[in-house]
Amino acid sequence: MAAVGARWHHVWVGTETGILKGVNLQRKQAANFTAAGQPRREEAVSALCWGPGGETQILVGCADKTVRYFSTEEGRFQGHKHCPGGEGTFRGLAQVDGTLITCVESGIVRVWRDSDKEASPNPLLELSVGPGVCRMRQDPAHPHVVATGGKENALKVWDLQGSEEPVFRAKNVRVYDPASPQRRPVLQATYGEYPLTAMTLTPGSNSVIVGNTHGQLAEIDLRQGRLLGCLKGLAGSVRGLQCHPSKPLLASCGLDRVLRVHRIRNPRGLEHKVYLKSQLNCLLLSGRDNWEDEPQEPQETKQASPEDTETDELWASLEAAAKRKLPDLEPPSEALQTRRRKKQRPGSTST
Amino acid sequence: MAKAGDKSDSKGKKGVKRKATAEEPQEAAVAEDGATESGAQPPKAAAFPPGFSISEIKNKQRRHLMFTRWKQQQRKEKLAIKKKLKKEREALGDKAPPKPVPKTIDNQRVYDETIVDPNDEEVAYDEATDEFASYFNRQTSPKILITTSDRPHGRTVRLCEQLSTVIPNSHVYYRRGLALKKIIPQCISRDFTDLIVINEDRKTPNGLILSHLPSGPTAHFKMSSVRLRKEIKRRGKDPTEHVPEIILNNFTTRLGHSVGRMFASLFPHNPQFIGRQVATFHNQRDYIFFRFHRYIFKSEKKVGIQELGPRFTLKLRSLQKGTFDSKYGEYEWVHKPREMDTSRRKFHL
Repeated sequence: MAAVGARWHHVWVGTETGILKGVNLQRKQAANFTAAGQPRREEAVSALCWGPGGETQILVGCADKTVRYFSTEEGRFQGHKHCPGGEGTFRGLAQVDGTLITCVESGIVRVWRDSDKEASPNPLLELSVGPGVCRMRQDPAHPHVVATGGKENALKVWDLQGSEEPVFRAKNVRVYDPASPQRRPVLQATYGEYPLTAMTLTPGSNSVIVGNTHGQLAEIDLRQGRLLGCLKGLAGSVRGLQCHPSKPLLASCGLDRVLRVHRIRNPRGLEHKVYLKSQLNCLLLSGRDNWEDEPQEPQETKQASPEDTETDELWASLEAAAKRKLPDLEPPSEALQTRRRKKQRPGSTST
Repeated sequence: MAKAGDKSDSKGKKGVKRKATAEEPQEAAVAEDGATESGAQPPKAAAFPPGFSISEIKNKQRRHLMFTRWKQQQRKEKLAIKKKLKKEREALGDKAPPKPVPKTIDNQRVYDETIVDPNDEEVAYDEATDEFASYFNRQTSPKILITTSDRPHGRTVRLCEQLSTVIPNSHVYYRRGLALKKIIPQCISRDFTDLIVINEDRKTPNGLILSHLPSGPTAHFKMSSVRLRKEIKRRGKDPTEHVPEIILNNFTTRLGHSVGRMFASLFPHNPQFIGRQVATFHNQRDYIFFRFHRYIFKSEKKVGIQELGPRFTLKLRSLQKGTFDSKYGEYEWVHKPREMDTSRRKFHL
């Protein structure tokens, strides 16, 4: 029974062997999805992002420079788009208004028209941001703005028109306020002796959770730059981190082949742990709130008539679309444009 | 007087069942004292089991005496039970129930979800395409570089020499204070497939770094119990140039598989064994024991073995995904004692 409605999987994880796994945390089960039926290392997933229109589609960036479209409703890959140019794997993937933005490691950022067919071989827009890019992220409030940064690569914010801001380097967390006239970081905090590989904002409270190559997860307060607490359990380098927008949950995946979900507050600890047999590269956490209706769902799909399931799925997609408007707090990893700082913008100069 | 009083006290406290040993004649003599003392004794001694424990006696000598007496009694009872069971088993003969298996830590090992199922396709694919695939497909043959940390002492140098006789196609080079990050590109350009660095502390080797070269994983081990050839008793003659066979025991989990493959890739992959030498990597409770033997089959089922070669014990500290890079490398597995060693029955390899 491959129940592949959008409600079934809580977390989607991409692996080094090219398998997209949908994980149901209530049942601790994972379902594997591959484009070609067989796992292939050339298709190693390097970037994941939600497609347009609710959480029904996932854009999967693979190591062979293709972006594949995966439908969570149907549970299969629908099409792919070849996005050549530049060298290295995808470091960032975003979609805006029917266009797809891709960024590769050698620094080429391209905007493509989003269509399932490979009919548009040429990108709409192309930028070069410099080599050694580690991350590209989309500003959740301004979908046209992306930030890119990496090793020895200056953190730059692009409005698809380009404007520059200074340096990013591993091991530190630096907060920049793009609205302030100064170029210095607003806050700089260091954690541990190992490079930080993943970062995510916690919803609500002003803190950020970082993970390093040793598998240490730490929550750092953004107002003071001090360490609030650590999360235990990971044994390998942290590759993907994401917080749930409303619940105090954090999903983390790494090279030790285990997906862990921690509870961040009261009490801080491990909620779920699922062993997935391949090395995990990136993850997508579903932002919906109803995680507990799993037991009823399979019975509904079996007993209900087809029309009922269609209306159910319709409701589910409506619900999911409504929830998606909630802040997608997937931050730019380098330029932390926190909400608080934005509110200070009118007429204030922050240090 | 005091002594007699002591002895009678102890008799009273032990109760009637205990057979008094050397104190009998004395106790018999002071039995008539029992009348005066029995009034005081019943609250302490009369009820079976006694209402107090031996540890409440404040006098150390008396307490010790009571304890040894109790221990002897326990031993006798245990022996009696064993004898009875043995008699019963003999009486039943063939119908006796099977002997119960004693619990050991290995028996009680906590179920590990990462234990590899031999039919698992995903893991099979992962292994078929990982960094060792070219070795297992016979496309590359190993060439090993053995070196040490800077300024090695005698033991470490001799261990390196002995290791190079054990591992075929290996070369020992003196480390003249060179940085590993600079050695590695040079090794790659000269077609080395693996790099072994033996770390030394206070004149004894205590660490081993094994790095698979083109881009492969790096394992960092703690090394202990190192015995050089001359320290091994009843050993055979020195190993010859024949390529040894390998035995990898008990590498069951996914991590264990990775480490096992790393060890296997050190030796040439040739199923036609010539020479009767065998190198064994035996994993038990997360410790890997390395032994090198020469075997001879005396008959179909009987084998004679002689230990040659060095022997040492390894414990995995970390497995890093790329080649050796302690600062910026990404770790696939790191041993964290305070988080991972909380249960005595949980092992990771």
